[in-house]
Amino acid sequence: MLSYALRRLVTAVPTLFVIITVAFFMMRLAPGGPFDSDRALPPEIEKNIAAAYDLDKPLFEQYLIYLGRILRGDFGPSLKIRDFSVGELIASGAPASMELGFSAILLALVIGVSLGTLAALRQNSGTDFSVMSVSMVGIAVPNFVMAPLLSLVLGVYLDLLPTSGWGSGELRYKVLPVIALALPQIAYVARLTRGSMVEVLHSNFVRTARAKGLPPRSVIGLHALRNALIPVITTIGLQVGVLLAGAILTETIFSWPGVGKWLVDSISRRDYFVVQGGLLLIAGIIMLVNLIVDVLYGLINPRIRHN
Amino acid sequence: MTNTSPAAKADTAKLEAESRNATKAQLAEFWYYFAQNKGAVVGLAVFVLLVLMAVFAPLIAPHNPDIQYRDSFLVPPVWEEGGKAAFLLGTDAVGRDILSRLIFGARFSLFIGVVVVTIALTGGIVLGLIAGYVRGAVDTFIMRVMDIILAFPSLLLALVLVAILGPGLINAMIAIALVLQPHFVRLTRAAVLSERSRDYVVAARVAGAGHLRLMFKTILPNCLAPLIVQATLSFSNAILDAAALGFLGMGAQPPTPEWGTMLAEAREFILRAWWVVTFPGLAILITVLAINLVGDGLRDALDPKLKRS
Repeated sequence: MLSYALRRLVTAVPTLFVIITVAFFMMRLAPGGPFDSDRALPPEIEKNIAAAYDLDKPLFEQYLIYLGRILRGDFGPSLKIRDFSVGELIASGAPASMELGFSAILLALVIGVSLGTLAALRQNSGTDFSVMSVSMVGIAVPNFVMAPLLSLVLGVYLDLLPTSGWGSGELRYKVLPVIALALPQIAYVARLTRGSMVEVLHSNFVRTARAKGLPPRSVIGLHALRNALIPVITTIGLQVGVLLAGAILTETIFSWPGVGKWLVDSISRRDYFVVQGGLLLIAGIIMLVNLIVDVLYGLINPRIRHN
Repeated sequence: MTNTSPAAKADTAKLEAESRNATKAQLAEFWYYFAQNKGAVVGLAVFVLLVLMAVFAPLIAPHNPDIQYRDSFLVPPVWEEGGKAAFLLGTDAVGRDILSRLIFGARFSLFIGVVVVTIALTGGIVLGLIAGYVRGAVDTFIMRVMDIILAFPSLLLALVLVAILGPGLINAMIAIALVLQPHFVRLTRAAVLSERSRDYVVAARVAGAGHLRLMFKTILPNCLAPLIVQATLSFSNAILDAAALGFLGMGAQPPTPEWGTMLAEAREFILRAWWVVTFPGLAILITVLAINLVGDGLRDALDPKLKRS
């Protein structure tokens, strides 16, 4: 298992290298530069600024300098947020973003799996039907629609929660964003769980477990659920990208002090190093999560052991 | 066959009639399975209504979507206190009729869906066919490029692409199509790989069919079912992504009545006027829901292997 994980990490290196390269040249291809919107400066000062960030060198040389920096763990400076390096920006935003992301995944898994299991156990009943129709709608609602609607109902009409902002990080500021981000995922997980649970409940080993007189709790918890979760875990890995994109929108809507907001701003401000670092970070997270998912997959499903 | 005998002609006619009947039977079978799924039928009905609404928007919409009625800012819907019968769903912050904007917005959303899916599907099929048919280094190259595209969240990549191309609806559509394309490439390639060594393909090759004919006429039609299902899903994804880009100010630019852009413009008025936020949101929801339902029905009807229990 360990050697498998290590091997996967090694094969991730070329992919990351390509991503760094693509992100670098993609940003430089974009028309306009980081200092275009500032008021006109004397040419010699402009030259000095460009020289300070190595932007006056040939593109390929800049690329090599950037690669060298990355290898030393330096993501470069921010061109627009003065006195901040990309590393510092990530360090300041990442905890809040991770809190948002992990809470949403956790919520999606716990509630989604419970609802899906409940629906599967009472297949074709009223419960099943309502869980499935609500989740059908839930999947169709993007979180930039869900977020304003939630803040309208819970924030404005019922006046239970603040509609945006961070306060000093109290829990009540975090409830709405997390729910808004988690809801589509809850719906997704619930549908998936129900589907695979229904299939598993009809399989022979569950019938055997029931026949040998195991209590329903261990039939479902130990035998059925464990197998029904295999597709769910795989898809969670695939959904991480969707979740991250959703997190960016959610952070923008609720002014959550995470990575998403400044990443979006930096794209249009042509803050080269910030966008490149952000893309690398996000691609890295997605690859890491997929690795974790694959390892978990082996743990949960003994038929697929990685040798 | 240069000098066709009457008998041969009759044979051809008979064959043609048979193949027409077969197509008819296939359609009937498809509809039988599709109609089994009540949700899919409802979704299809809603979708047809949306298309009609989009096509006949100038006839249906009570107002011009861009006209600002200076005496009617933020008028609530007609059933609320203070509502006016002229503005059924109320007006927005600069006095434009929300219902008319939503009706015209349907044009943009459906247009986005059609264009994006067409680009992504065509590109995906061609690349997937080449990758699966040619194999070797070409295959590896195409698939690695697709893997890299898939390593980014689609919305984020679209955001960066739009930043490079410049904000706007057309660029947003190109970006979204590029981002959705790898799914089609992978699906096509997988289907081609499983089909290319089948007997009927070998037979066609032995009979002297060229590479292009083998790829597009022999193999492709047998790979279509999963592609159609994926195209439906991509249609709703395209609408969602375009709305999200519009919401972030990178898609359609104001005053275009695109639903996501409308939602973004409306956000600051959420405390005073619930209707400016709710109705564009509902429009997106209903459209996406309808298309997803149709997609489910198509999957059941076309692809029995993927059928849900």
